Amino acid sequence: MSTSGTIALGRLAEIVGEANVSCDPAHLDAYSIDRSTPWAVVRPSSADEICEIVKLAAREKLAVIPTGARTKLGIGMPPRRYDLALDMTRMDGVVAYDPGDLTLSVEAGIPLHRIATELAQYRQFLPLAVPFASHATAGGTIASGVDSPLRQAYGTARDFVLGMEFVTGDGVSAKSGGRVVKNVSGYDIHKMMIGALGTLGVITKINFRTFPVPRMTRTYAAVFSGARAACKFRHAIAGSVLRPQSLELVAAGAGIERLGERAGLSFEADRSTVIVSVAGNEEVLERNRRELEALAQSAGGRSLEWFQELSGDEREKASAYVRDFPDVVLKHAPSAVIFKISQLPATFEGFAEDCKSLAIPWAVMMRGLGPTYLALLLQDVKKDSMERLQSESARVLLSGKTLRTFSLLFAPTEVKSDPQYLDGSRNNLSLMRNLKKAFDPSGVLSPGRMEYEI
Amino acid sequence: MNSNLLRDLKKLLSPRGVLHEPEDLMLYEYDGSVEIARPDCVVFPRASYDVVEIVRLAGRHRIPIVGRGTGTGLSGGAIARHGGIIVSFARMNRILAIDADNHRATVEPGVVNSDLSAAVEHLGLHFAPDPSSQKACTIGGNVSENSGGPHTLAYGVTTNHVLALEIVLPSGEPLRLGSAAMDAPGYDLVGLFVGSEGTFALVTEITVKLTRLPEAVKTLLAVFDSVDDATETVSEITARGITPAACEMLDGWTIRAVEDYVHAGFPLDCAAILLIEVDGLRESVEVEAKEIVNVCAVHRAREVRVARDARERDLFWKGRKNAFGAAGRLSPSYYTQDGVIPRTKLPETLRRIGEIGKKYGLQIGNVFHAGDGNLHPIILFDQRDEQQFLDTIRAGDEILEFCIQMGGTITGEHGVGMEKGRLMPLLFTEADLALMRRVRDVFNPADLLNPGKIFPTSKGCGEIYVRPRPATATPFA
Repeated sequence: MSTSGTIALGRLAEIVGEANVSCDPAHLDAYSIDRSTPWAVVRPSSADEICEIVKLAAREKLAVIPTGARTKLGIGMPPRRYDLALDMTRMDGVVAYDPGDLTLSVEAGIPLHRIATELAQYRQFLPLAVPFASHATAGGTIASGVDSPLRQAYGTARDFVLGMEFVTGDGVSAKSGGRVVKNVSGYDIHKMMIGALGTLGVITKINFRTFPVPRMTRTYAAVFSGARAACKFRHAIAGSVLRPQSLELVAAGAGIERLGERAGLSFEADRSTVIVSVAGNEEVLERNRRELEALAQSAGGRSLEWFQELSGDEREKASAYVRDFPDVVLKHAPSAVIFKISQLPATFEGFAEDCKSLAIPWAVMMRGLGPTYLALLLQDVKKDSMERLQSESARVLLSGKTLRTFSLLFAPTEVKSDPQYLDGSRNNLSLMRNLKKAFDPSGVLSPGRMEYEI
Repeated sequence: MNSNLLRDLKKLLSPRGVLHEPEDLMLYEYDGSVEIARPDCVVFPRASYDVVEIVRLAGRHRIPIVGRGTGTGLSGGAIARHGGIIVSFARMNRILAIDADNHRATVEPGVVNSDLSAAVEHLGLHFAPDPSSQKACTIGGNVSENSGGPHTLAYGVTTNHVLALEIVLPSGEPLRLGSAAMDAPGYDLVGLFVGSEGTFALVTEITVKLTRLPEAVKTLLAVFDSVDDATETVSEITARGITPAACEMLDGWTIRAVEDYVHAGFPLDCAAILLIEVDGLRESVEVEAKEIVNVCAVHRAREVRVARDARERDLFWKGRKNAFGAAGRLSPSYYTQDGVIPRTKLPETLRRIGEIGKKYGLQIGNVFHAGDGNLHPIILFDQRDEQQFLDTIRAGDEILEFCIQMGGTITGEHGVGMEKGRLMPLLFTEADLALMRRVRDVFNPADLLNPGKIFPTSKGCGEIYVRPRPATATPFA
């Protein structure tokens, strides 16, 4: 460690207490991101401490990356620099919960499961059925911008985060929004913090709108031979008066039957499954079952293999699959490359067709509203595999037939370093860079995580 | 105004595309708020490239630019506070594309809100944000102000329905933010932009989500002898896990004002009515409506009417949507506030508003979105009485200060605009506002776009309120 590093370390200990700074390499490995390891981890207990830490970082040009439960550090580009991990898990309190107002304010480091327990007392919940929800924090979930199957009914975090407090790159605490469900006072800066991967500010507090838990829910699956019929079923649901809670289309290529076992689904090649969940009273549920089945039959014709309600373990596994897709895939194949693709539902058929020709084992999950996950299961990152990945993924992602923009969600570092995967269609880089400068003039907050200069 | 600039604008837009005579400009010196300021000219672009040229010309002459739809705004957002050019989007009012398969529409900013819903009704779709001014206000204005409306309780405000924007920066550079497909990579620039009140850029194209029309709708009118009973009913509906599509409240004074005007059949001797709407599948609407009727009964509703047909439903809504017009019939002028409070604080806030009215000897009516705690107190005043006008402003400020104390905010859907900028420091710290200014400067570094809005100015109340405007009744809020 350099002399300035030693001085900084002393100052950090003054800010958070010696017990909350660690340089122990054994400790630090757990904070690595794409093989970069920080030289210290700091565990602040308040926004004030974070301000002091970031001020120090800005002065000493130390790159700071906030972390929660560290479940999604793989999301984003490799950090350009990484000196300090800012472990947010000591800031894990509920600041305020007003069940009558359906509002909740929490510190960023609180685990989602603890929020769930708190809200369940009043039969309320946050519609964040996100991957790693069993231990992920609220802050990490919001900063990484992961989505949830429940977006079909409730939208994404941008639709129910009411306000935020955060520390910008000059070490100043600021806020936007508020704690009421309707608010147009000032700019909605908090919306931009969602999915910004900590590049604009360290999120310290988040205000959410909460929702009543639906009285009853059911989950159905329809299996089709061929993707076309499955897509048609999705379109039929979207065009009907039904309002499902979630709607996903899943499919996979040959060679990954075992992934299907994890999902409680059969992944025979050329099969597509639509998983749909609904909520409401008895009559509503009964009507949903009836109409979903009828839509599946008319959309599928002879390609509908079966339609049924899922229950018990089957339901659990299918729900987990559409919630935890990246997690399930990574457990199955740690070097998998997972793309998040932004497309319109009307291009589903063409996309599914493109996937069919892939020569690498693949799995796909298309959310009913369009956002799509494509996992390519690399067995290793040797030269041959990488070259194959390049040509295969280009065929699907850059096919040119339809407008698709994408980002790498999870991938081995070698893949992330390949410029081909820097989304060529990403617009407004100069505007984004200027915004980054407005928030973080010294470039010390998660540098490089959005793209090389952001 | 600089004659060269005027000549260049006329050359660009033809003489008919530029207004600059005082009698023409008078029509553009106000909106639905109590503010007044006269622009130097008003221009009418026909397409994005006109907007690019206008912005470049204005930039060269360092003249402020203010975008404007139909001027129904309630916070002075479309008023040229420091003069300059008003860019009216009246001629950019085409629906450019309707994508029924993907539930998307792309429109020019001058498209009237309800015209879009009408254009897609045959597809079983609508544009969900429904400000009370929806028959007149434009989608460009909705984007700038992040407008709400009664049905935002279940469907969300404008920002929840906007996916992509084409904008023209003050530098003249056109940009596309977001995409018709959800989750465009990069920062959520659309989320940041919507509600920026015309201070970032001019919007030239908007892509929105369209929403399925519900299969069934039930509209209930519950009549109460006490305001507290009505507010407790609202809390209990929420506690039972029901999210109505809309939940509106009118207090006794407003009911009488409205009934006299609209003849919606509202009882004249009650203290409050709730207008509650549930929608969705037939089966859920039936059950929820029954449960709401029960909750109303538990909280001593005198009667609950369920609209029998579309005609009666429209009549109930006419009563609500014309509340402001009704106030306008009773008073030379009125001032509408837009504070928000956590909904459980409704009873004490309404009591406080009553006290503030008494303190200043002002009549204040209340009509509001009870479901999300968004208040619209209407303060009646006579603009010829200067003292009363100043008292009205003070009463409005006191109401908003109370909303902040209750954990709420100063504007839920109308925007900060000109009038509420001075209250922003009560809500935001210097650091919060400094960051917001830095963000604005990224888009609009010379502060040429809609200057004098959102942020507090150093000017005092007297200077802000040049003079109350002549008696008019704005039928919207």
